[in-house]
Amino acid sequence: MLKDITLGQYFPGSSFIHKLDPRTKIMIMFAYVVIVFMIQNFEGYIALTAFLAVCVTVSKISPKYLIKGLKPILIFIVFTGLFNLFLTSGTIVWHWWIFTITKEGISFAAFMVLRLVFLILGTSLLTLTTSPIALTDGIEHLLSPFKKIGVPAHEIAMMMTIALRFIPTLLDETDKIMKAQSARGASLDSGNILSRAKAMVPILIPLFISAFRRADELATAMECRCYRGGENRTRLYELKYSVTDGLGWLYTIILFALIISLNFVFGKF
Amino acid sequence: MTDNIISIQDLIFEYKDEDTGEINRVLNGINLDVHKGEFLAVLGHNGSGKSTLAKHMNAILTPTSGKVFVHGINTSDAAQLFEIRRRVGMVFQNPDNQMVATIVEEDVAFAPENLGIDRDEIRKRVDSALEIVGMTAFKRHAPHMLSGGQKQRVAIAGVLAMKPEVLVMDEPTAMLDPSGRAEIMNTVKKLNREEGMTVVLITHYMDEAVQADRTVVVDNGSIAMQGTPKEIFPQVDKLKELGLDTPQSTYLIYMLNKHGFDFDPAVLDDENCARILLERLKQHNTDLEGVAHD
Repeated sequence: MLKDITLGQYFPGSSFIHKLDPRTKIMIMFAYVVIVFMIQNFEGYIALTAFLAVCVTVSKISPKYLIKGLKPILIFIVFTGLFNLFLTSGTIVWHWWIFTITKEGISFAAFMVLRLVFLILGTSLLTLTTSPIALTDGIEHLLSPFKKIGVPAHEIAMMMTIALRFIPTLLDETDKIMKAQSARGASLDSGNILSRAKAMVPILIPLFISAFRRADELATAMECRCYRGGENRTRLYELKYSVTDGLGWLYTIILFALIISLNFVFGKF
Repeated sequence: MTDNIISIQDLIFEYKDEDTGEINRVLNGINLDVHKGEFLAVLGHNGSGKSTLAKHMNAILTPTSGKVFVHGINTSDAAQLFEIRRRVGMVFQNPDNQMVATIVEEDVAFAPENLGIDRDEIRKRVDSALEIVGMTAFKRHAPHMLSGGQKQRVAIAGVLAMKPEVLVMDEPTAMLDPSGRAEIMNTVKKLNREEGMTVVLITHYMDEAVQADRTVVVDNGSIAMQGTPKEIFPQVDKLKELGLDTPQSTYLIYMLNKHGFDFDPAVLDDENCARILLERLKQHNTDLEGVAHD
């Protein structure tokens, strides 16, 4: 049923990568994104593939599962590829009617597609190996230096936690409301898109009302438990950096150095 | 004064209806003390003001006039808000709507985290609170995987982790099935008897109120009756007038007495009721035998 859908796409495990501090993982992911954009030649992608392959092996996540993550943006990847393929000017290789393929177009398209694929693969590795709670915690810690300029770090994290907490509850409720409305003769999965969208109204309205009521009750319950924002708050689990985080960074720096030197040696493709 | 944890004096609470501009008086001059270590049940039908009364006990609402003291602190004193709330733990009806975190033990840790207690102490409190409610085995579970009764026990643990002096429960069993209700009542009784926790239970279930040391019946914003369950429940007519039921065994004895029997009307549970009836039956038989022998 609705309840069975996975939250985010966290894949529980106890690998080296799972055990990394969420802050380290988030920062390494940003570094990774920068590195992907710095790559200037195909040799760089070979190095990156090796880097990612090691990460995936260590994380014990099946590569199939990782590649599945590309599915939702497949159309986007294909379009990027085609646009670059046909719209880049240069030495003509093939021509038919209004379609022209150039030598530069082929390599540029391949380059862009690779860039997109690697961005998605790398970032999904983060969400696959980090539980939503750890991710929230990490974000709160990383944002806290920006509190001084008015970034509500604690509030953002609290909102994410509550959202995660209530997703299953509200899905359950949606399920109940759908059944209740079907029992009253509402047809939810027939007709064209317009009539289906209309059929959603009697589901969404009760769902919204109930969500507001829940929010109100939760706020009272939180106040009863002395909630007063992030100030002076302690934590049951404090995030701590360890040796593994250093190793993670070392690994990233090696990749960074490798990409720079490859850029230097082979130049732009 | 010292053994009154909560002291309510001439409490009046009114609110203004946003639409009609009318002033509604929900509580009308309530005087009530909650003694240390007691198990107090507050009974009343829907709309009697019992939940509103509960919300005054930890300064969620403050009186329009009159005073509420918690451990000698006036609840209208906004500066002392957290001192009051730390002392009065509140559990609500819907267990789903009072859990914050996505993991049981982190939810229990929520209150001590808010209080800024250090980590080792939080750990200790979380473990002991989960132990008391018997949910230690579920500490790494997600709340939505638990049954209603289990969720409500976690909610109780979440409040116990504040180490409150009194536990106020606003219809904690209203959304639970019978087995969940039994779980909660056993937990509450255990807390009261073994841990010495003062408990205020707001309910409309008679069989729950029967288990308390003292019962207060709220009707139309005032206290209509108060006393031990044995004093309150035999007054079937008066309870009916207030829109409340009586426990079934009390009602049975009441009806029998109405038809000319002379049972002790202070019967509250099935077992007692059966015992009394059996005794009378045996006595009746021996009387009959006596008659036969003559």
